[in-house]
Amino acid sequence: MQRHYFDHNATTPIDPQVLDAMMPALREVSGNASSIHSFGQDARLLVESARLQAADFLRCEPKEVVFTSGGTESDNLAILGAVRAAAGDRKHVVTTAIEHPAVLQTCGQLEREGVTVDYLPVGPSGVVDIADVSAALRPETVLVSVMHANNELGTIQPIAEIAATAHAVGALFHADAVQSAGKLPLDVDTLGVDLLTISGHKIYAPKGVGALYVRKGVEIESIQFGGRHERARRPGTENVPGIVGLGAACELASQRLAVESARQAALRDRLEQAILSQIANTWVNAAGSPRTPNTTNIGFGGIEGEPLLISLDLKGFAVSSGAACSSGAVEPSHVLLAIGLSREQARSCLRLSIGCGTAAEDVDRFLAVLPAVVERLRALAPAGR
Amino acid sequence: MAEELIAVAMSGGVDSSVVAALLHSEQRPVVGMTMQLWNQQRIPELIPEGGASGRCCSLDDVYDARRVAQSVGIPFYVVNFEDRFEQEVVAPFVADYVSGRTPIPCTICNNLIKFDQFLDMAKQVGAETIATGHYARIEQDASTGRWLLRKGVDESRDQSYFLFGLTQDQLSRSSFPLGGMQKDEVRALAKKLNVPVADKGESREICFVPNGDYAQFVEKYLEQKGGEAVSQGVVVDSEGRALAEHGGVHRFTVGQRKGLGVALGKPAYVTEIRPATGEVVVGSKEALNKTIFEVDRLNWISIAQLDAPLRVEAKIRYQFRPRSATIRPSDTPGRVVVEFDAAQIAITPGQAAVFYHGDVVVGGGWIV
Repeated sequence: MQRHYFDHNATTPIDPQVLDAMMPALREVSGNASSIHSFGQDARLLVESARLQAADFLRCEPKEVVFTSGGTESDNLAILGAVRAAAGDRKHVVTTAIEHPAVLQTCGQLEREGVTVDYLPVGPSGVVDIADVSAALRPETVLVSVMHANNELGTIQPIAEIAATAHAVGALFHADAVQSAGKLPLDVDTLGVDLLTISGHKIYAPKGVGALYVRKGVEIESIQFGGRHERARRPGTENVPGIVGLGAACELASQRLAVESARQAALRDRLEQAILSQIANTWVNAAGSPRTPNTTNIGFGGIEGEPLLISLDLKGFAVSSGAACSSGAVEPSHVLLAIGLSREQARSCLRLSIGCGTAAEDVDRFLAVLPAVVERLRALAPAGR
Repeated sequence: MAEELIAVAMSGGVDSSVVAALLHSEQRPVVGMTMQLWNQQRIPELIPEGGASGRCCSLDDVYDARRVAQSVGIPFYVVNFEDRFEQEVVAPFVADYVSGRTPIPCTICNNLIKFDQFLDMAKQVGAETIATGHYARIEQDASTGRWLLRKGVDESRDQSYFLFGLTQDQLSRSSFPLGGMQKDEVRALAKKLNVPVADKGESREICFVPNGDYAQFVEKYLEQKGGEAVSQGVVVDSEGRALAEHGGVHRFTVGQRKGLGVALGKPAYVTEIRPATGEVVVGSKEALNKTIFEVDRLNWISIAQLDAPLRVEAKIRYQFRPRSATIRPSDTPGRVVVEFDAAQIAITPGQAAVFYHGDVVVGGGWIV
């Protein structure tokens, strides 16, 4: 069975160019990047080259890039690290209701440690209101953390404005840019961020590697112990092949950002319009908001996302209902509830996220199958349930 | 499209794993699905030492089911029915105990979850039929056209008692590939088909009460719901004399002998539970004997309905050898009177009475 992948926000395949770049680090360069000898120096060279690539991608200094094991760790390090490093009386954090669990649950941990956290609501637009940010800020606010683009809706948050607002009260600003990296231009100065998270496997690098941008002069406490790697901010032997892959992916992302953004946006728009016009009682969540070019989140009134997802998978189409992390849990997507959908509506939504490997033909095949699947499910829907 | 897709309800245990492997080995198109019904972590006090594996819905069992599906080479999904399970099975289970009845959640789960919501889900993903690891047989009566439910060939494993509530439609869309096998054959088949859980043990506890302590479950569940405290009450003898205080009628079941907190000088049994007054009546073993009782909420399988008295063998709890009885319509609409030929011990409200003709299930209902 030919398979078609519409779940690039969950993860992306490793790009062949990225894999090629990694192969020497897997086959030939075996040293520990912290060792003094030549083996170590060979590995160190690869790590620092990758750091330059990542810094170019983020438009920052190489020493501002901390390599981690991925987006979740970067978010943990940014939030826990910044709050714990702050002076004792600054015990307030502002974030939003639509963050990734890596941010939300880290904030939950801070609450258990005695920090007050405000979770800002968003309306149907899926975009946080800058006025809400201002209203939530206090003199003791230590950190504001708002994602650049939402993983489920693709909605883009006004990061630069939020950052400026946060800085006005002396708070630090962290952005989870896992879902915007490779899809939107990232420039840490334009965005005004102090801390910024990216993840390798969302930009065609392997799983298990990510980075945190830490603006020069910003203090964070390490959240793990065991060495002085990454300027004592992230102990642990460097994942050399992963880091090389991340560096290569950053470079690749910069190169093809403009072309791919436009191509994917056109494909996504066609997909969206076709579904809206061919299938009754469908809607696009946060349709009117600025969104990442590859993402659409569509409600199919009257049916459940779970059997829809399974039916499509059995026919070779990989899609997602809500975020992958919350599948298997009973709760409908917290993001969809946050934009005002009922539980029933939230359960009827699918997220489709295309990527560099998605061709017009994939979309055509999907559109050839989807209407009949939806129609069958609607015909079977138990009345009144 | 080739042959029709079959959805196998996979629990992670040996039986349903063998079903999946067997159907796949017969070149049938199969999709495996595990029902997530209950979050064990909700009442962590009930998880026994060493974990709750073997009782459905533990992470270990989902892991096992997935491993089997991967090893067999079939698509696999976890489907989440927690909301419906709590509403249809767990909450009524608790309500029954609080009302002095002794429920059988497995039967309710079969009627309303496994052979209802799961069947719906199967149909939605394109599978017209489901297969499970139950030890029972389904066949169509050539003369009447009715779908029949028969005992499993391995009588020691027979689960037809828990399946009496299945409707004709449910039976027509289900299959029990293990119904014609002995458990030993199933284990051998598991080895032959390289099912990775061939040596896994099993538990017969109710799946959402992994440590088997129903009273504790009822108390913890009500506590979490912020509901009313469980009523205290008194243990009384048949003349109404108070013998002891007790911690709630949910801790008792008719026929229970242990944990009564009374000394009568001879073995004492719970003979009746009166939820309205909180009284638990105890008496001699003889006082438990009853010949005649009524059942309601009937479901008929081999017959369309009961119009006249019928000789059957009746089974009044899972661990009970069916005994001869006559069933007839009651004066109360919707009920049936069951009269055993000889008195039986502990006919327990809340349990099911299932009627057989040999190994064919005639129907059944709930003991009032």
